[in-house]
Amino acid sequence: MKTLPKERRYETLSYLPPLTDQQIAKQIDFMIDQGYIPGVEFEKDPTPELHHWTLWKLPLFDARSSQDVLNEVRECRSEYSDCYIRVVGFDNIKQCQTVSFIVYKPNQTRY
Amino acid sequence: MATKTSGGFKAGVQDYRLTYYTPDYTPKDTDLLACFRMTPQPGVPAEECAAAVAAESSTGTWTTVWTDGLTDLDRYKGRCYEVEPVPGEDNQYFCFVAYPMDLFEEGSVTNILTSLVGNVFGFKALRALRLEDLRIPVALMKTFQGPPHGITVERDLLNKYGRPLLGCTIKPKLGLSAKNYGRAVYECLRGGLDFTKDDENINSQPFMRWRDRFLFVQEAIEKAQAETNEVKGHYLNVTAATCEEMMERAEFAKEIGTPIVMHDFITGGFTANTTLAKWCRKNGLLLHIHRAMHAVIDRQRNHGIHFRVLAKCLRMSGGDHLHSGTVVGKLEGERDITLGFVDQMREDYVEEDRSRGNFFTQDWASMPGVMPVASGGIHVWHMPALVEIFGDDSCLQFGGGTLGHPWGNAPGATANRVALEACVQARNEGRNLAREGNDVIREACRWSPELAAACELWKEIKFEFDAVDTL
Repeated sequence: MKTLPKERRYETLSYLPPLTDQQIAKQIDFMIDQGYIPGVEFEKDPTPELHHWTLWKLPLFDARSSQDVLNEVRECRSEYSDCYIRVVGFDNIKQCQTVSFIVYKPNQTRY
Repeated sequence: MATKTSGGFKAGVQDYRLTYYTPDYTPKDTDLLACFRMTPQPGVPAEECAAAVAAESSTGTWTTVWTDGLTDLDRYKGRCYEVEPVPGEDNQYFCFVAYPMDLFEEGSVTNILTSLVGNVFGFKALRALRLEDLRIPVALMKTFQGPPHGITVERDLLNKYGRPLLGCTIKPKLGLSAKNYGRAVYECLRGGLDFTKDDENINSQPFMRWRDRFLFVQEAIEKAQAETNEVKGHYLNVTAATCEEMMERAEFAKEIGTPIVMHDFITGGFTANTTLAKWCRKNGLLLHIHRAMHAVIDRQRNHGIHFRVLAKCLRMSGGDHLHSGTVVGKLEGERDITLGFVDQMREDYVEEDRSRGNFFTQDWASMPGVMPVASGGIHVWHMPALVEIFGDDSCLQFGGGTLGHPWGNAPGATANRVALEACVQARNEGRNLAREGNDVIREACRWSPELAAACELWKEIKFEFDAVDTL
C-alpha cells in the first residue's frame, strides 16, 4: 500500500509521463485532422482558475503539420524556460476552445 | 376534415376517429409531434384507438359538449396522422400525433407533459401506451432557456478540454458524518477526479444535515484544488421537500463559492427543476441532474415514457449534466439507442434515425448541450470502451471503481485518471480502443502503481446481461 504523494497537475495529459516530442506531434496531428486551429500558451505560475495563459504569438492559423507547431513550442520553451507551456486548439465552427494539454513543466517531479 | 358543428348541438358519444384520425394531414413545421407505441385492448381497431390517444391528449372529452361549439376545434385539436404496426410485435402500433403549438404554454415542460402523458395513459381502450419520442417545433423550443451553461461553457469554466470528465459518488450512500464525508471527498479530488457527487438519497438527514455537509465538502474542494492546481467540484444535492428549502440550499452553495449543485429532476419535479436551472444561469452555478425514478417510467417496452423523451424534457427544463446509462456497466442499455438519446442531449441538430430510436428530426435551435453522465458498476477496465462510446463530452463516474481501490480513494482516483488519459492519448494517436483498449491499460500499469493495483483487483470483467431496451 502506498500513500499518494501530493503533486501539482496541469490538466489534460498531466497524469502521463512527460510527453516526448514525437508523442506531442501525434496529439497535434490529431488536432489538425479534426480541423482545429492549434496555438501555444505559457504561464509562469498558473493557478487553477486562471483561464487565460499568455498566448505565444497568435493562434497558428497556417500550421499545416505538427512540425510547424512543435517549432513554436521549442521557441517558446527556449525563451520562457521557467514557464509552463500547453498546446491549445480552437474550433471555429463550434466557436470555442476544444483542446488543451500540457507539453512542458519547468520542475517535473514524479512523472 | 372540417369538424365544425353544423345544425346545432347534438349530445352523445361520437367515435373519436371521425374527428381525430386524419391520415391526409401533413404535419406543419410549427406542430409538436409525438410518437406513441400503442397496444389497443382486444377488439378495439387501431385507428379508433389512435384517434382516442390524439383526442385525450389534446382537446377531446369522452362525450360531445355544447361549449365545443364556441371553439375552433380545427385550430386546437391533436391529429393522429399516421398509424403503423410495430415490426415483429403482435397488436402494437406506432401512432403519430401532431399537436398545434398553441396547445402548450411557452417554456413549460410541465404543461407539455401534463397534456401528452396525462389522462390518456389510463384510457380504457388501451392496454398499454408508451411515449416514444417528441419533436418540439423550433418556435416553441426557443421559449425554453435550457441548460444553465452547457458543455462548452462548462469546459471553459473548469479549464478542462479534450477529455471526458471524471467523477465519483461518495459511498456509503447513507450514514457518514459531514466531516468523514468531507474527507472522502478530499481524498478523491486530490487523486485526480474532477468531481465527486452526493448520492441522490443524501438530502438532509439526521446523521448529516445539509449545511454541515456543504461546509466540510467546500473545505475539501478548496484544499484539493490548492494542492493539485486543478479546478475541483462536488455536486451538492439541493433536492429538498419544498422549493423554498431547495432554493435556500442553492443560495448557501453560492454563498460559500461552490461551483456546482445537483437536483433530482423526476422526483423533484419539472417545475422545481426549471426554477433551479434558471437560478443557476443567473448565479453562475453548474447544475448536475440525477434521474431517480426514471426506470419506473421508462423500463417497460410497451408502457410509460422512453428515456429519450425524459432526456429531451430535461434539456429544455435545464441541466448541465444528466445521467444517461453506461452501455457497459451494471445498469445496461443498448448501445445505439443510448447514443440516440445522447445525441439529443449534446447535438444541435439530430436527424431522424429509427435504428437509434430517433423518430423525428429535431432542431435544437442553438440550445446549449447537456453532458451525459455514465455512472454505475464501471471500473478501469471499462475505460477504453467508455471513451470510445461516449467521446470527450461526457462525465464518467466510478463510484466503487474509485472508493474500492485497495489503497483508498486518492490512489483509486489516480488509477482512473491515468487510465482515462492513457486512453485519450492512444485514441488521438490513432489506436483503436475497442480492439487495443486492454493493451493500452496494461502499458500504463507499467509506470503507474496505482493503476496496476486497480487492474489486479478488478479483472477484465464482462457484463453480459441482455439489454431490455431494443426497438
